[in-house]
Amino acid sequence: MSKNLRTTNNKFIDQTSRISFKFDGNTLYGFKGDTLASALLANNIHLVGRSFKYHRPRGIMACGSEEPNAIVQVGNDPSMTEPNTRATEIELYEGLEASSQNCWPSVNFDVGAVNNFFSPLIPAAFYYKTFMWPANFWKLYEYFIRKSAGLGKSPTEPDKDIYDHRYLHCDVLIVGGGISGIIAAKTAAKNNLNTVLIDDKNILGGTTLFQENECFKINNSYSNKWLKNEIESLKSLKNLTIKTRTSLAAYHSYNYLLARENLNEHLDINEKRDKIRQRLWKIRAKKVIISTGAMERPLIFNNNDRPGIMLSSSIKKYIDYYGVKCGQKISLFTNNDTAYETAISLNNSGVTVNSVIDIRDKTNSLIVNQAEELGIKVHWKSSVVNTNGYKKIKSIEVMKLSDDGTAVVGKKIKEECDCLGISGGWTPRVHLFTQSGGKLKFRNEDNVFIPDQSDLDQISIGSCNGDFELDEVIKNSVNLTNKFLKVNNNDYENLEIISSKEIDKKNIWLLPSDKPLRKTKQFLDFQNDSTANDVKLALREGFKSIEHVKRYTTTGMATDQGKLSNMHALGIIAETAGVKMGELGTTTFRPPYTPLTFGAIVGRNVGEFFDITRKTPMHDWHVENKAEFENVGQWKRAWYYPVNNENMYEAVQRESKAARDSAGILDASTLGKIDIQGTDASEFLNRVYTNAWSKLEIGKCRYGLMLNEDGMVYDDGVTTRLSENHYLMTTTTGGAANVLSKLEDYLQTEWPELDVYLTSVTDHYGTISICGPNSKKILSKVIPDLDLSDKEFPHMSFKNALIDNIKCRVMRISFTGEHSYEINIQSSYAKSAWEKCFEAGKEFNITPYGTETMHLLRAEKGFIIAGQDTDGTMTPIDLQMDWIISKKKYDFIGKRSLYRSDTIRDDRKQLVGLLTDDPKEILEEGAQIVAETNKHPIEMLGHVTSSYFSPNLNKSIALAVVKNGKKLKGQKLYVPMKNKTINVTITETVFLDKENKRLNA
Amino acid sequence: MFLINCPYCGERDQSEFSAGGEAHIVRPKQPTELSDNQWAEFLFMRKNIKGVQFERWNHAHGCRKWFNMARDTSNDKIHAVYKMGEKPPIK
Repeated sequence: MSKNLRTTNNKFIDQTSRISFKFDGNTLYGFKGDTLASALLANNIHLVGRSFKYHRPRGIMACGSEEPNAIVQVGNDPSMTEPNTRATEIELYEGLEASSQNCWPSVNFDVGAVNNFFSPLIPAAFYYKTFMWPANFWKLYEYFIRKSAGLGKSPTEPDKDIYDHRYLHCDVLIVGGGISGIIAAKTAAKNNLNTVLIDDKNILGGTTLFQENECFKINNSYSNKWLKNEIESLKSLKNLTIKTRTSLAAYHSYNYLLARENLNEHLDINEKRDKIRQRLWKIRAKKVIISTGAMERPLIFNNNDRPGIMLSSSIKKYIDYYGVKCGQKISLFTNNDTAYETAISLNNSGVTVNSVIDIRDKTNSLIVNQAEELGIKVHWKSSVVNTNGYKKIKSIEVMKLSDDGTAVVGKKIKEECDCLGISGGWTPRVHLFTQSGGKLKFRNEDNVFIPDQSDLDQISIGSCNGDFELDEVIKNSVNLTNKFLKVNNNDYENLEIISSKEIDKKNIWLLPSDKPLRKTKQFLDFQNDSTANDVKLALREGFKSIEHVKRYTTTGMATDQGKLSNMHALGIIAETAGVKMGELGTTTFRPPYTPLTFGAIVGRNVGEFFDITRKTPMHDWHVENKAEFENVGQWKRAWYYPVNNENMYEAVQRESKAARDSAGILDASTLGKIDIQGTDASEFLNRVYTNAWSKLEIGKCRYGLMLNEDGMVYDDGVTTRLSENHYLMTTTTGGAANVLSKLEDYLQTEWPELDVYLTSVTDHYGTISICGPNSKKILSKVIPDLDLSDKEFPHMSFKNALIDNIKCRVMRISFTGEHSYEINIQSSYAKSAWEKCFEAGKEFNITPYGTETMHLLRAEKGFIIAGQDTDGTMTPIDLQMDWIISKKKYDFIGKRSLYRSDTIRDDRKQLVGLLTDDPKEILEEGAQIVAETNKHPIEMLGHVTSSYFSPNLNKSIALAVVKNGKKLKGQKLYVPMKNKTINVTITETVFLDKENKRLNA
Repeated sequence: MFLINCPYCGERDQSEFSAGGEAHIVRPKQPTELSDNQWAEFLFMRKNIKGVQFERWNHAHGCRKWFNMARDTSNDKIHAVYKMGEKPPIK
């Protein structure tokens, strides 16, 4: 460590506890309390990265979230490495490993820097302009562009860190723990308001915390001493919660805010383990006070991006807070008074201040006079026109400004320096205010956007509200807070405040040079490498809107979202285009304020918690019997049960054959079940289904089709009349929740006069479906006292029964076309009932089958699956299911739409069967169907919706939707695939047992 | 994220609710007597205005009740919340 860069009298850094860390492979040392940036600077490392486009060497520029250059890769564990983190925000910890980004092979020797020499050939939008032609070269261009694009490396393995989410409710949320935030927090908490104060740093106090200057005093002590006492006094306030290391990410409507708290990031590498890394707070605040302060602006001049050129206020923080000298011979370049505070701080710490270059003619404020009395040289009415030094600034060139400020005149002075502080004034941090929907107004005298109107219960106080002088900050923060909270806190009455006042203001967005503009490099956006020249080029090429210029030049689009560059870009656009800045508006500030990790966003919802999984009561049986599962909505459904290393095709062929030859058993518990009761239940069903329900006898079941109001098929299922005013409706597995909510909607809003009650009972019952010619024999073993004769218990009817004394409902219904029963039994007994059925079926080779076999079996019968053979554009008529539409009913949902001009067209896509000429050829679901193969473009007539090889018919079968398909029966069509064309013939949709003999077999 | 004052449950987070489109569009009592155009008017035509809009909302993850809301689409301010079948308390 270069000892001479640390001062010894520092209060915030614990110089007794040394921390070792690695940067670019070198082991370095810092102290507890350092950030990575301050530790690097203490080691005399300024060069930390390369710029995005020209690969110019770049150094640490700031000390907070606005840092554009010092973005580093942290860690090299493939599961936890993190790119694009700001060195200025990383608290130093034992074991930290960081490296520079966007350079190869190293930050000191970067091959990409060759771009810098070609930079005149790479203007704004170079990529858009160059790689347009010829169009089919794009694949080649893309390869090279992708290689050079991007910052940092993403982790390649799942994140091992733990993240958390929590809710927080409060009366007042204060964002930013600087002097204003502390005043507001004390005021709120003392008046019995449940108050939360958050700050992104590890310690409260903001910049006043290290402001120790004769020119800034409160009640005769230095402003920092006064503030320290204030912070101390917060400790006794019971209503106040303080959260440090917590950064506000987003401010949404209704005072809903998201804040990210860093919990273990500052801990030593071996203390981090098993601790929560970050917590995302979801905050609902009755009132919000924004006190986020302001950030210093850079100045825009030739070669303003060299390592060693830093924001002046950051140099002050490094010396006063971290005790780090950013250089030994520092020059300062400013258009306002704040650089003089830096000059005095540096001077007091024994750093040589070469001179202050001030673009103003002369000014006599307290602070400037103090600096001059200390013997600090000031070049008035001057500008830096150039800087020298490739990897670190070596010297600056200074010239006098002309009277109107548009040119430089006279002799050029060269001044040697190893660091240049720049200060272009201050920008209020209005990001959160605008995120919340607040409107800004422009203040001409010092060129700032400040909060104007908001619809939310919020205020901005302090420098984020445009108050930059200490006395005004305190006075206005007190008054605004009292008024906003409707309280009267007199703690801050009669304060005696000494505050240096800035008297003269002057601003030049783009400083003149002795060289023509195109021969200079004046960086606006340091991270994305866009210059003032690029912005001017965009305007010359016809871009007028600030949003367009931003995107064309990429100004403000880097990971720092233009925190430093936006105001200058606006200023230069306004100046060049000859409009007022206030009229131009700003680009939109969007959340998050600083990047959020994906981990913080998802919190605990990873792995098995990513989504809810629903399991049937028989799930464990399926697992024991080696079922493969498929996801249907949130359900895990048994897909097929492979035996002896069967693949899916083999298993499904075996299961399908067994179900038709003897017996199959299916877990149908996932089907949606809605219990419908009430005196108007029949009328209700009449209105929601296309067919008639009033005459359905008690104890009978009926299949129903439900449409949307636009006439398209929505869902289907069998409904059973349990008693006079009691029905049990089944829905598709995926549609259950939506059907219930749709039915509730109609009941509550359109037909409130109907006496009907709906209850979802899907999870209450397990459903066992037994099908096949031996199903009757099996059921008679399970429920011996039930009369299963066709006369007593015909197809489409239901009986109450007992299995082991447990009540159950048995429906004789079929989705396979086989003689078949469905047993609904309380969930907790469903597994044992299933096992009983399976045991009883063993002598008949009862075969468990999954969803895939169920799909095959129903396709053999031409039964549709809503959602597979329909897609929200199919009417019942399109499905050739005209028989299910009641002619007698006056109305039902969707009825009127069935004869709209569009739904009665002949050439709609209609459901048909397809047989391949080669019975062994299985079509792919989704494959397109055409009439001609030679014509281009080919007209797509439709597509395959379901396709299987039927072991029972020993041939391939398919369902498809085809334009005008009803009339095309017998027609030969083609299914063109990648390597071949398959010949097909349109058939009926029912392939097996057209006479439905098997139902009563 | 809005805070919605459910007329049955009180103030709840928006994540408990789902939106159901424009309010006060009554399903015709005699659809069969409508022309294609009249039916299309009911079926498809919805306002999308900047300003106060009347909307249907459902407390889907709460009491499951539908209700109406007058919301200003320009700033998401909720001016009124009222039960189904009630007249809007504001214009």
